[in-house]
Amino acid sequence: MGSARAPRSSLLILFLCFSLIISSLAFESDELLVDNEEFVGLEGVRSADPVVHTPTPTRSSRKRSSDQDSDSKVQFTLEHAFGDSDFSPAGTFTARLKTSHHGGQTLTKLRFSRNSFTEAEKEKFKELLKADDFYRIRVPSNVLSPPGKEYIISSVKARCLPRDALDEHFVIHMESVNILAVNYGSPGACSYPRQLKLPAKWSFNSHTVLKNSEVAPRAPLFTEDVLGGESLEGEGVQPPERSFWAKYWMYLIPLGLIVMNAITQAMNMPEEQVGGQPGSQTQQPAAIPRGASTTVRRR
Amino acid sequence: MAIRAFVLVLLFCSSLIPSFALYEDQVGLMDWHQQYIGKVKDAVFHTQKAGRKRVIVSTEENVVASLDLRHGQIFWRHVLGSNDAIDGIGIALGKFVITLSSGGVILRAWNLPDGQMVWETSLQGSGMSKSVLLIPKVGGDNLIFGLGKGCLYAVSAIDGEILWKRDMTAESLEIQQVIQAVDGDVLHVSGIIGSTQFGTYKVDAKNGELLEHNTADVPGGFSGEVIPVSRNTLVALDFTRTTLISIQSPDREIILEHTPISDFVGDSSGIAVILPTKLTGIFALKIETSVLFVRLTSEGKLEVAGKIKQPTVISDMLALSEGQQAVGIVQHEDGKIHFSVKLVHDWDNSLLKERIVMDHQRGLIDKVFINNYIRTDRSHGFRALIVMEDHSLILVQQGEIVWCREDGLASVIDVTTSELPVEKDGVSVAKVEHSLFEWLKGHLLKIKGTLMLASAEDLVAIQDLRLKSSEKSKLIRDHNGFRKLLIVLTRAGKLFALHTGDGRIVWSLLLASLRKTEACERPTGLNLYQWQVPHHHAMDENPSVLIVGKCSSSSDSLGVISFVDTYTGKELNSLNLLHSVAQVIQLPFTDSTEQRLHLIIDTDKRGHLYPRTPEAREIIQRELSNLYWYSVDTESSVIRGHVFKSNCISEATNEYCFTSRDLWSVVFPSESEKIIATVTRKVNEVVHTQAKVIADQDVMYKYISKNLLFVATAAPKVSGEIGSVMPEEAWLVVYIIDTVTGRILHRMTHHGSQGPVHAVFSENWVVYHYFNLRAHRYEMSVIEIYDQSRADNKDVLKLVLGKHNLTSPISSYSRPEVVTKSQSYFFSHSVKAMAVTLTAKGITSKHLLIGTIGDQRYLDPRRSLNPSQAEKEEGVIPLTDSLPIIPQSYVTHALKVEGLRGIVTIPAKLESTTLVFAHGVDLFFTRIAPSRTYDSLTEDFSYALLLITIVALVAAIFVTWILSEKKELRDKWSCL
Repeated sequence: MGSARAPRSSLLILFLCFSLIISSLAFESDELLVDNEEFVGLEGVRSADPVVHTPTPTRSSRKRSSDQDSDSKVQFTLEHAFGDSDFSPAGTFTARLKTSHHGGQTLTKLRFSRNSFTEAEKEKFKELLKADDFYRIRVPSNVLSPPGKEYIISSVKARCLPRDALDEHFVIHMESVNILAVNYGSPGACSYPRQLKLPAKWSFNSHTVLKNSEVAPRAPLFTEDVLGGESLEGEGVQPPERSFWAKYWMYLIPLGLIVMNAITQAMNMPEEQVGGQPGSQTQQPAAIPRGASTTVRRR
Repeated sequence: MAIRAFVLVLLFCSSLIPSFALYEDQVGLMDWHQQYIGKVKDAVFHTQKAGRKRVIVSTEENVVASLDLRHGQIFWRHVLGSNDAIDGIGIALGKFVITLSSGGVILRAWNLPDGQMVWETSLQGSGMSKSVLLIPKVGGDNLIFGLGKGCLYAVSAIDGEILWKRDMTAESLEIQQVIQAVDGDVLHVSGIIGSTQFGTYKVDAKNGELLEHNTADVPGGFSGEVIPVSRNTLVALDFTRTTLISIQSPDREIILEHTPISDFVGDSSGIAVILPTKLTGIFALKIETSVLFVRLTSEGKLEVAGKIKQPTVISDMLALSEGQQAVGIVQHEDGKIHFSVKLVHDWDNSLLKERIVMDHQRGLIDKVFINNYIRTDRSHGFRALIVMEDHSLILVQQGEIVWCREDGLASVIDVTTSELPVEKDGVSVAKVEHSLFEWLKGHLLKIKGTLMLASAEDLVAIQDLRLKSSEKSKLIRDHNGFRKLLIVLTRAGKLFALHTGDGRIVWSLLLASLRKTEACERPTGLNLYQWQVPHHHAMDENPSVLIVGKCSSSSDSLGVISFVDTYTGKELNSLNLLHSVAQVIQLPFTDSTEQRLHLIIDTDKRGHLYPRTPEAREIIQRELSNLYWYSVDTESSVIRGHVFKSNCISEATNEYCFTSRDLWSVVFPSESEKIIATVTRKVNEVVHTQAKVIADQDVMYKYISKNLLFVATAAPKVSGEIGSVMPEEAWLVVYIIDTVTGRILHRMTHHGSQGPVHAVFSENWVVYHYFNLRAHRYEMSVIEIYDQSRADNKDVLKLVLGKHNLTSPISSYSRPEVVTKSQSYFFSHSVKAMAVTLTAKGITSKHLLIGTIGDQRYLDPRRSLNPSQAEKEEGVIPLTDSLPIIPQSYVTHALKVEGLRGIVTIPAKLESTTLVFAHGVDLFFTRIAPSRTYDSLTEDFSYALLLITIVALVAAIFVTWILSEKKELRDKWSCL
């Protein structure tokens, strides 16, 4: 089990890294659709045609048949603001709306087309960079009937965005057709003493991720006998599989000491027997000193 | 081999750690428990029979209790549920206490001597009405009449059986009074129909039949209540509040009589109010500040009996012998109260007049209940039970305060702590010398106890000695930080300082700023904050606390703040704010006098800085761009993040006012989610280890951010009780949100689950408790968050070469790479409050205090079914589906904290120990050591025994040494 853990955790890390790239959810519930997240990395496309202000959900085949999943296209705008300025359109999200047979609606295949900055916007952005101020974005909270309840706002310090180009990263948290939150920021680190750095290219590198809720792991169900037997008493009492040592160490240690003592004595005895004379002369060595001392005294 | 044995011993010890318990003789050593009942609503005396004199009270904390009238102790007490408010109490058959609760729905009878419940009857009604409990004094039928939800009931007092029921909703009568006629056979039910009609019904008390029905038009209608004055007379005020209407219904007709109030007081411009009293033959009329007593003469005319200028509180009627009716009147006058008892028929003379000195800190009198007794000289004596403004309960007899209960402490709003003063030099030596003999005696006793030589009396003496140890109740700071002051704010607007050693009240203060004034109609306290905690360069200052309140319960009412010195208990300063209080942010900055900077956010999302000093402004101007805050709008289920922008433009004191702008928002769809709980980490929490070493010698870095918010949302349908919806319709979504950027770090749905959610956020983990409808059980889940961006710092080579990012500052604007782990467990208990233990340095393992107690180790998401040997070594417990509660692990041991509302944990100076304060209707305080007191010896450690042992050992060494010397010498000589 211990050996199995290490590969598993490394696999998990690997899988997470993988999820950052292709961003597929690790713990997928079978209740959700398989491809509910889609990743699109688009270079900022300068769209020639005017931006669609109000999303127009064009449902092609809504009432086709009730038991089949139906698809339709949906669009919603991204708006941005520089510091305290008003919001103005900045890009368009396009996605497919899947209506499953039990009524749930989910967005898939999200694509994003970002408008590049105009000259005026570039100036405004430069000001933001100088002042270390916030670049703010917003999206509607309901993609079918914008703006829904309210706009979802997110913001980032402008200095976090510029690398070579302007790198941005969206994580859009969805609940059917509602947007809960947008996590907006740079795809990498943005460490605290933020340096003033102008982008080399005034184009956007956008990464978008759609996220739906994970389903919590179920509490493991155990059969009743296991529950009754172990969880109520087993936890408080010592674990049953204590080794022989753990149970009887207090008896074994003194026993060991006695044995060791006996062994050393036994070791000593043969030595003495080797050193001295065999048989009845074992008492002699003890008698010798006294005898010797008396002899010395007598001298 | 020795090493191996040592390891085994260690393992054995570590397996013992989860068993956290107390020995029987340790009870009361470091814990205290105080029982309260709350503000008394109604009281019934029971003093007729010989035996224990008692008073039965019902309180606003939904407690029904029997108190000893001699000492004020609780004989018995029952805390009903939080939504089971008591509407009326009474004594039936002389042995049952009857309570009507939950808006007249539940009728219960309790046995008077011991408080055992005898019967319970639920009355099902459909309409809305007042709830009235009527226990007839006459008539041998043993009936109890109850009115609740538009239905009138007669219930047998013996077994609670409903004898008859009459639905009064059909008559569209708004019932005001239910009175029993003199002979006991007829009930008079009177009330208002529509707004301009008065109606009376006569109902047969035996079978509930309607006997008679009369109505009368009242042009213009009533204002306020209809008050009964006698058996067939009621009085009310007309809608202009200038004319009294007396309603008489002697037989069949209703006679209305209008009397202008100006007849009584001459020229009166003030608004008259009839005081809701239960008197007969007389009633009280309040005009401006004076109280007018109006008597009903035998001819049915109204006449003025007396007038009192000061604010007065009037008791209910007390029937003396031979048909005399007495009324108790209590007035308040500069620090003294005047208590007088008058007879209704003889209003000019008083039966009793007493003057009692009253503590200023108790405020005005709120309610009074009187009771009579026969004095030794056969005259009538009276005792009064007085409820004060601070919710304390006082019994007054013979001009003295017999006892006083601080029942304001049953409604604690907020708790904070304050350190005690440092010990000064020159503590009297005489005191020490005096106690030297005692000290020696005590230690001798202890030694006896340790050596098991003590007799039974000695054991009792030892226990007493330990409990009464003066050490713990000293008013100076101790080395371990166990002695502190608990500063407690109660609903009555009173501040108490409790000593943690024995729970006694060191000082109390009725806050002047939280009392009713012209500008502030119904002020309520909100929170307590530590305002000034002197330690470094302001040692001489006394610590102080900040009390934030607001004028009424509406969200845009103006705020009130007050500063109180925690050593002296004096109010230093108070301010009536010109803005509302929506949120208070404690900033991590202090000024040169160690005053903490606070930002009070108003409903317009402006921040107001306190203290208003230029120095504070300077500090905040530096940090303003880095101050982020968030607001949770539970109404519309939106969480918004804000940052401060600039000074306010409109206000006069705009230097200390800052506007803010929205940075982010998280909008939960209103049709599927509703915010039910939000929890953050404690501001003062200390995290010691940033990493967790797991079994395979791998390191996981905890994602520790102060800016994390745990949010739980539930389906909006699921707002009722458990079981009101199907599991398919219920879900619970939990979020972990970074409050600086609004990032959702973790989002997880629990299908088939519902609130209430109780959660604890500490270090990098959240534990929350909810109900699983599918499994029909409570569940607890844990989420742990780990930082992946620092995961590659494990390489030693990199660490040596300095290529790690451990020291780089962490910014919320970097995209976090976090891993979350989660697991759910069944939990067999419902939870009222949850807290986590806090220690000074965060080294000690954490215990979760769940109203009861659990061990955080059980809530490890990495617990697996069959842990590997390595995991076992690390201490991962095998996975089970439910969390056990070991009975020995109750912090409160055999005691119970009724009506628990909150658990506060305070770190002691000693790392191993946490102080725990639980408050509800009761208060409980103890200190616990989650990992045992590894850094100190226990309190009952016998130093004398240690000393004696050492001395004995040294002596033995010397003796044996001398003996051996002698023996050697002898041996040497004998060898000659």
